[in-house]
Amino acid sequence: MFTGHEIESVFAELGITHVVWIPDTSIGPWEAALAGSSRLRLIRVCREGEAWPLAAGLHLGGQSPLVVMQTTGLFESGDALRNVLFDLKLPIYSLIGVRNWLVPQSRDTAKLFAEPILNAWGLDCQWIADPADKPKLAEHYRRCRAAGIPGVALMAEGAP
Amino acid sequence: MRRLNDMPVVDALRVVADLCCDGQIVVTNQGSARIWPKLRRRPLDFHYNPSTMSGAIPLALGLALAQPRREVVAVSGDGSLLMSLGSLVTVVGSGVTNLTIVLLDNGLYEVTGGQETPAARSPVDYAGLARATGFPSTAEFHDLVEWQSHASDVLVLPGPRFVRLVVSAAPPDYLTGSTPPLAEQLAGLRLALGER
Repeated sequence: MFTGHEIESVFAELGITHVVWIPDTSIGPWEAALAGSSRLRLIRVCREGEAWPLAAGLHLGGQSPLVVMQTTGLFESGDALRNVLFDLKLPIYSLIGVRNWLVPQSRDTAKLFAEPILNAWGLDCQWIADPADKPKLAEHYRRCRAAGIPGVALMAEGAP
Repeated sequence: MRRLNDMPVVDALRVVADLCCDGQIVVTNQGSARIWPKLRRRPLDFHYNPSTMSGAIPLALGLALAQPRREVVAVSGDGSLLMSLGSLVTVVGSGVTNLTIVLLDNGLYEVTGGQETPAARSPVDYAGLARATGFPSTAEFHDLVEWQSHASDVLVLPGPRFVRLVVSAAPPDYLTGSTPPLAEQLAGLRLALGER
């Protein structure tokens, strides 16, 4: 979908200061561009549950973090997400790669449960399902920032 | 399970509280979030409750990365750390230097009534684990007098720092109190940091 340089430009132009992530096969190719960026910093965590409180600390300290992970990590980190977005009420934005979304015949549960779970949390979601949707990422991020709410960009991915 | 030579947790934490300087951020969690407010109160002390267990160290790391000119102290229990031992690797990998982790090790899930952690009967070398992940400064204390004597030196060693304090269970009256309201704390912290 996005090249590394494209996504680095989008993030930097949005004023994102830190990308807190665990990559997957679709997001992983962004690593060189993000790690080499002079405009933002890539923070690698060992498990997705660390990503939300780490982003919370960055946000409370005056930075503008973005959380990036795959749906599997979203499921793993549910309690941390709940705490940061709903107990602390911090408007942290995230980009979630939805594994196998672009594979119609796939019954991958990492794909099936992603949207229902985000809907259950009542999170404001934006699909980035094909290249024409790319501008929607920045538009949605800005809308969520202006509203002071968390948001989720769901990036459709192919097979791992 | 009481261990030999453990120190009273309130006294152990009081040493940290007494050594905190003005601009320092302190993040407490679980049991320590209930004890610390009885020892001192200031806007830069963030009692992370309600929290997600194992979240205090990542949250403190985020604050340390965001505020590199301030020292940040994360007070974590051993039960919380066991839920995310990898967070020690994340700390070192981040390159942060202005962070100290104070581990209160009592072998218990204290706030749920004192059930044993899986490590309660095992000689887990937490300071050794921290050292193995690359923490440049690690220390361990079982005795209060030793901790009182060396704390001021340990807390200024090159960071990130990891200090294991082998402590007793907290007195019940310390665990029954509530932490300051979260919204009030967040507003105070933001104001004190002069950010948003």
